[in-house]
This record gives sequence, structure tokens and C-alpha cells, in this order.
Amino acid sequence: MPFKPVPSRRDLLKTGAALGALGVASPLIGARAFAQGALTVGFIYVGPRDDYGYNQAHAEGAAAVKAIPGVTVIEEENVPESVAVQRSMESMIEFDGAALVFPTSFGYFDPHMLAVAPRYPGVQFRHCGAVWQEGVHPANTGTYFGYIGLGQYLNGIVAAHASRTKKIGFVAAKPIPQVLININSFLLGARSVDPTITCQVIFTGEWSMAVREAEATNALIDQGVDVVTCHVDGPKVVVETAAARGAYVCGYHANQSALAPALYLTGAEWNWATLYTNFVNQALAGEPLANFVRGGLSDGFVKMSPYGPAVTAEAAAAADAVKAEMMSGGFSVFRGPLYTNTGTLVIPEGTAYLETDIALESMDYLVEGVIGSTS
Amino acid sequence: MVQLVGDGGDAVAPPPRVTGRSVLDWISRRAEVVVIPLGAILAGLVLFGVFLWIQGHDPFQFYDLMYLGGFGRQLSIESALSRAAPLLFAALCVALPARLGLVVIGGEGAIVLGGLAAAAIALPLANAPAFVGIPAMAIAAMIAGGFWIGIAGALRHYRGVNETISSLLLAYVAIALMNHIVEGPLRDPASLNKPSTAPIADQLMVGTLPGLNVHWGFAVGVVACILAWILIDRTTWGFSARIAGGNVRAAQIQGLPVGKLIIGFCALGGAFAGLAGMFEVAAVQYSANGSLAARYGYTGILIAFLARHNPLMIIPFAVLLGGIEASGGLIQRRMGLPDATILVFEGLLFVLILISETFYGRFRIFNPEKRSPA
Repeated sequence: MPFKPVPSRRDLLKTGAALGALGVASPLIGARAFAQGALTVGFIYVGPRDDYGYNQAHAEGAAAVKAIPGVTVIEEENVPESVAVQRSMESMIEFDGAALVFPTSFGYFDPHMLAVAPRYPGVQFRHCGAVWQEGVHPANTGTYFGYIGLGQYLNGIVAAHASRTKKIGFVAAKPIPQVLININSFLLGARSVDPTITCQVIFTGEWSMAVREAEATNALIDQGVDVVTCHVDGPKVVVETAAARGAYVCGYHANQSALAPALYLTGAEWNWATLYTNFVNQALAGEPLANFVRGGLSDGFVKMSPYGPAVTAEAAAAADAVKAEMMSGGFSVFRGPLYTNTGTLVIPEGTAYLETDIALESMDYLVEGVIGSTS
Repeated sequence: MVQLVGDGGDAVAPPPRVTGRSVLDWISRRAEVVVIPLGAILAGLVLFGVFLWIQGHDPFQFYDLMYLGGFGRQLSIESALSRAAPLLFAALCVALPARLGLVVIGGEGAIVLGGLAAAAIALPLANAPAFVGIPAMAIAAMIAGGFWIGIAGALRHYRGVNETISSLLLAYVAIALMNHIVEGPLRDPASLNKPSTAPIADQLMVGTLPGLNVHWGFAVGVVACILAWILIDRTTWGFSARIAGGNVRAAQIQGLPVGKLIIGFCALGGAFAGLAGMFEVAAVQYSANGSLAARYGYTGILIAFLARHNPLMIIPFAVLLGGIEASGGLIQRRMGLPDATILVFEGLLFVLILISETFYGRFRIFNPEKRSPA
């Protein structure tokens, strides 16, 4: 049951006045649209939707949803993880009649989405990144996420072929499990090509802080790094800074090749269009939406950027071969014996973790070959 | 009432005669502080409207949506008030030191440290009843925030360090300190991908006002503004502070404790900002994490200047700014304007309010004694 707002007299007057001039989703239009089985979908982003990164990846997914007939997409960008996002969700529901809401930033889940959802049992909430638990979280909420570590592993393979100094670099936001998986995967991918390669990591401490990202990129290149990748919300600064210094770049979150056409090798991208389109089509058909959805490369949740001009045929062939193995399933990046860069054995001989393994979700180490520290 | 001016400076004023004329004079004198800011806001609306119109957008639709999203419905009002709650405290952190002539812009640091202190003290109090735990959180937050802005005051007094710069830089230190502590010593091991302190106990969570989906921080903020006004306008401490703000040397010659006033007012402002952080933890986030640095401290600067550092005027301006920000989402969605539109509008208002400061005392209508005698 979609939420049906009751328009006030003021709204009716306003809508009447605005109807002719503006093609906007006012409450009245929204209410009528529901009668025809249509749907208003809200997307909330924590940063700008053209950040060449995390938020752009979601906005590209939203753009795919806009193409579905009968669907109205409403979006808000730069919404902080505070009372602001709670109010944005309420506003989308009450003013625009949103019946499906995607708050896309990790910090929107607890307590914000969990505070709003019980008040609107007729609205479906799906959140990116958190882990929904039956009985703990409201039934009209759910979560989705993708496994992108394999993408960073493929980045590592291509990077190893491009690097002459045998030093690759990683600009990272915070030492949390999702980021550590990416750093370690990047290095392990590179080491699958050349076991002498090292990866220097610099943590900026913030998801979005352009100045430190530029400083970190420059510092990496000053130390001899010649291929850079990153895990920050908007890779734009890292990509442009690295390219200006003549270093190769592996992308992350979205396709940044336009920022460094000659030096962009490939990139690990989210492909949210698949997921959002599925959710919206299910909602339009009146089917129940899944509460917990995850997928990786082989599920179409993650994709690789097309190879740039600097990628050799040999490098492309090597990466494609591994990618084919990944697509067929059962490929594991983290297999024993695996040591941390402080010499501790974390995965014993004979143990291998698939990307879906819960053990990886609490990763707190950097593997041997990564130069840097989590604390 | 009739005011004696010129040579009658220290003479005892005659008892006021309540006449039509004197009431009119009283109103016109008081009207200045209302009419001039309102005029500036009106000018801002017109100028920004022209800007929108040049950009090909309908200014009337913009203001209509701003009203609808900020104040037009109960949902909008609740949104405005809950956004205004931290802004009330943040503005006090600017307004109180401002009465001493200090420009403190680092309230953000006191907010995040206040939130952190509240979350930290809530850990050992997980089994304490609310009437013990919540005041303890508030006191911890006020001490943390007060200490932090107090540093800026002490640096000003003892070392002559510019408090504007030091408070701003201290805010960055505070945010880094908070991040370090929530990612290190106080990190809840369960908060894997968003480092946070452990959530506060259920009974320590602060709820909403009766009949309104706005947390208690708003009501406490209003009371704080009233108390701050009483302090400044109705006590000898406030009077001393205003004298020191007007002329430090004169205050020193009078034997006023200028150093204590500077540090005390800075610390008090910081303590209020700390309370903003406490309510963010107790009523919104339920733990301390990076989201505490939500830039309320910076919006507070704007509100304090709009209110001309009068604590009572902070209340309507905080609600106004809360409403403007509450409408931002609706404007983004309905008009396709970038979210920065609201920031541009706020910035324009700020500049116009600063310009309007120069108009005080210039209009004869607000200065009855300058008018020709009847």
C-alpha cells in the first residue's frame, strides 16, 4: 500500500496554479498516479551526484530507473547523516508520495532509516551497505550491497602489468573492513602477476576531503608509485592529481576515464542500474521486495571499466582470464597461507574465503606487501 | 518616555508621563531592531529573486516552496524546529563572547567534543536511571565544550592570541580528536564500517516534545537563550561584560575582572555548544561518531550575527534558518536546483544583514529625540 498524502487546501490551490506550467510531482499528481499503478521512487545521496564516485554510481542507477514507464524519480544530494536525512525521507514520502526510498549512504541506516521506517509501514525502504536482520529491523526495510573486492583484484592485475617501478599506491579514506578488503585485493591481484610488487597506502581519515586526497596522491608519487587507485567517496581529485603527475590510474566506484583519458587503465565500478531496476520492476508488479540482497561481479552488481589505451594486450588477456574464472564462481582472493604486513598468519594453509564469506566482513589487517598501518 | 540628553546626562530623569506621543516614541525606538533586519531580509528575498529570474527560474515558486517546506505544514514546522535545536546552542556560543567584543567561530569543536563527552559518560552509566544519566551527560558535555572554547578565551587573555583564528583551528583539532577516539579507544567493536562509540542505553535516549516530533533539545535551547538574555541584560555580570566589550581599558580602570569575564563568557558559550552535541547524541545519533561534525557550529555564526548577538533574537532566527534549510530538499526535488542554492541564499542574507548594521541610528523615525520638537 503506497502512502497517500492528503493534500491541504493550500496544496490544492498551489497545485492548481502550478499544474499547467510545471511538470513536477506534486502531492495531487502523485496521488492520482498511484491509482494508475505508478510509483514514485526517492534517492538520497550523501555527496554531490556528479562526484565521479560513490554518489554518481548511485545516481547512474537512478537514471536507469527514470527510463521505466510510470516511474517518477526524486533525488536529493548532499544530505548529511543527521536529522536532515530523516526529514528528507519524511518529506519525500509526505510531499511527493514516494513509496520506495533508497537512502544510499552507510550512515543513513542506524538510527536514521530505522527511526523513520516504522512510522510509514506502507513505504518500502532499502538501504545500501548495512546488514538487515529479520526480527531486529522493521519488515518494510531492507539492505543491499555489492562485493567489489574482485574488481580491485582485477585492477591490481592490470596495475602490475603497467607499473615499471613495481610500486603501486592506494589512497584510502578510513581503515574499515570494506576499505581494507579493497586495499588487500588490489595488492594481491598485483602480486599474482609479480610477487615483488608493493602497495603503499595512505589513509586520509575522511570520506571526502579533497586537500588530503591530493596530498596523499602526490606523496605516493613522490615515493616512486606509478599506478594509483583509491577508495574515497569521490575519486576525482585522486585521478586528476595522479594523471597530472603522469601516473597511471585504476578507477573506483564509477568510470573516471574522462578525467585521465590516456592514463586510465581500468576501474572497479558499481553497476547499481541492475539492482535498482529489479527492485522498481518488482514494486510496480506488486511483488514483495527482498529484504537482503547482495551480489558481485558475476551477479552484475559490479562491473569493470573498459580498458584504457595504455593497457597492453598481454595485460588485458591476463585480467580477462582471471575475470572469466571469477564469473564462473568459486574464485577466492583471500586464501592461505596469508600473512599480515606485521608478520601474523591470518589465513592458514588450506583455508580459502570466498568474497561472500562473513569472516572477511571484520577484516582489520593489511596483508604482507602493503606498506602502511591501520592505526 | 521622554529621555534627557546632552547636559542632563547624569540628572535623574523625571517620571515618565504616559501619553500618546511617548508610547509612539517608545515603539519607534524599539522598532529599529526589528525593522532593519526585516528590511535586510526583504532586500535579500528581492535580490535573490532577481538572481533566480535571471537564471531562468521562477522566484515565486522558489519562495512558495520555501514556505511550504519550511513552515507550511506540521511536518515542515517539525523539520524546521528539529534543525533549529542545535543551532540555538551554536548561536549562543557566538553571541555570548560577542558581548565582550570577541568573535568566536569555533563552536563546531565544542559541539563534537560535547557529543563525545556525553557518549563517553553514558558508557559507565548504562544501568543508571534517566534522571541521573541524562543530567550527567549534559554536565559532561557542558564541561567539555566549555573547556574547549575556554581555551580560546584564555589564549586571548593571557597570550593575546586572536580568538577567531584560535577557536576555528581548535575546531579542527576537536574533530580530529573525536575521530581518533571513536576510531580508537572508545570504538564499539560492532561498529565495523562506521566507527562509533557503543550506543547509549535506551533509558538515556531523549525523546520528543509532547504532540510534536521534535526532540527536547529545542525546548532546552529556547530556555538557554532566555537564560543567556537574562544574564546579559539583567545581571551585573552581563553589564560588566558589555562594558568590557565596549572599552576594555575603561573596564580595567573600573576594576572589572576582564580576564575572568573573557574566559567565563567563552566557556559559557562553549558549554551551550557542548549541549548541542549532547542532544545530537542523546536524541538523534545515540552514539558519538563522525556525523557529529554536521557544521551546525558554522550556521550558528550566521544566526548570532542575524540576531545581533541578542540571545532572545536567536530564537526566531534559528527557526527561520531551520525552516530555510528544511525547505532545501523540496526545492531540489521540485525545481531541480542544486542543494547549494540554499547556501547561496543564506550567504546573501548574511552579507545584507552585515550591511544593514550601518543603518542603525541613521533613520530619524527611529530616533524621536532627533525629530523636530512638536
